[in-house]
Amino acid sequence: MLTLANVGRRFPSGTEALRDASLRLQTGDFVALLGPSGCGKSTLLRLIAGLDAPNTGTLTWDAGQPPAPGEIGYVFQDATLLPWATTEENVFLPLRLRGLSRTQARPDIAAVLARVGLTGFEHARPRQLSGGMRMRVSIARALVTRPRLLLMDEPFAALDEFTRHRLQSDLLSLWRDLRCTVVFVTHSIYEAAFLARRVVLMTPRPGRIAREMTSNLAPSAETRLDPAYAALVARITQGMEAAL
Amino acid sequence: MIARLAPFLFGSIALALWEGLVRALEVPAYILPAPSLVVAAFAADPVGLLVSLFSTLTVTFAALLVAAVLGAAMAIGMAASRFAQAAIQPWAVALQVTPLPAIAPLIIIWVGDPFASLVVCATIVAFFPLFANTATGLASPPPELTDLFRLYGAGRVRTLLLLRVPAAIPYFLSGLRISGGLALVGAVVAELVAGSGGFASGLAYRILEASYRLEMPRMFAALVLLALAGIAINYGLGAVGVLLMRRRGDA
Repeated sequence: MLTLANVGRRFPSGTEALRDASLRLQTGDFVALLGPSGCGKSTLLRLIAGLDAPNTGTLTWDAGQPPAPGEIGYVFQDATLLPWATTEENVFLPLRLRGLSRTQARPDIAAVLARVGLTGFEHARPRQLSGGMRMRVSIARALVTRPRLLLMDEPFAALDEFTRHRLQSDLLSLWRDLRCTVVFVTHSIYEAAFLARRVVLMTPRPGRIAREMTSNLAPSAETRLDPAYAALVARITQGMEAAL
Repeated sequence: MIARLAPFLFGSIALALWEGLVRALEVPAYILPAPSLVVAAFAADPVGLLVSLFSTLTVTFAALLVAAVLGAAMAIGMAASRFAQAAIQPWAVALQVTPLPAIAPLIIIWVGDPFASLVVCATIVAFFPLFANTATGLASPPPELTDLFRLYGAGRVRTLLLLRVPAAIPYFLSGLRISGGLALVGAVVAELVAGSGGFASGLAYRILEASYRLEMPRMFAALVLLALAGIAINYGLGAVGVLLMRRRGDA
């Protein structure tokens, strides 16, 4: 899908957020960018989204050109919903920006809300929803355009452990069903090990890709109890310690 | 409940003390009239004072309306263009820091029409909070949301209409509340400066008139009306804001 070759990003302030990052993204991948704060993982995600441009290196899309608006879904750490808009209106936003009417968009909105388990909450405002439900709205908003690539920037970091586990399992089943490519930024080894097929370890100052690990775990909720999951967590932990 | 009654309780005690002290110390009415005399002065000519109040309020609300339209429009213009921001901002600040009494005589001479010149003066005072608050509100959406709009290919105009303007509404409404009181202040200051050359019907003119004639109770009655009008405007606009936000589902 995408090849990043020796990508670097230095901000005008002089901070070098990312140095010499090379990464190949396959269609259908679930890649976790794992590392401590300041390792450039969010910067890398923004570069992939086209929200920022690298100073050095290249991003080459297999399709020949970057994805059109709507082909990339983006989920931030905060749900970043419009506080004055209902669930339905928030999920409608990407389609509205594409020029669709509410009537045209309604079937898609209903389908994606059902998929994330928010049927019945169409008319609720963000402040009436729990943190986990707000994040579900945010995910629904990212999925409503049926993106080929879903970028997620620590989406579950602010949630409690129980809600986080539910959402992680739901995300895995979404990924299995929708067959889109996911790049997931996290600073949690457990989260990366549970979710990702490939875990990319990153180190800070300047942000670099240290190494990559693959996972053969089944993408399902039961994986958490699998001894192989614990082994993968241990392997990533060792890898991370070696890299740091 | 007690907190709600507290202002009335405090006011009643203060009024009682005022009445008692003025009587006990036999303070002459031309220096400090007792509250009972103020009430009597109002009762002697309620229509005259209320007509004057109406005149001042007309100026106030006209100015508030102009300030709201101008303030919001200029803030939106500034948000839409960086050039406009650079061009407008320093002048808006200059307008805010220039004392109204210093420019009111000029405005009264230039504008000519008494009503219009009073409205212009009051608008100058009321303009800034509306302008500044709306501008702050337009800039308030978190960067993630602006990124999201960019990601979906929304241009400046759509981002403005669908994100920044709706985000600015609560800020605009709190600006409106502040500016409501300021518009009244501006109207009164302008009336004072204009004096007999102005509209000759506002409450400030009644205050001037009463002070020339040493009719202190009437002057106080006019002051009380002004204060009550200010409180009503402040709470009224606050209630309108809460109502609008509740209808939108924000509060």
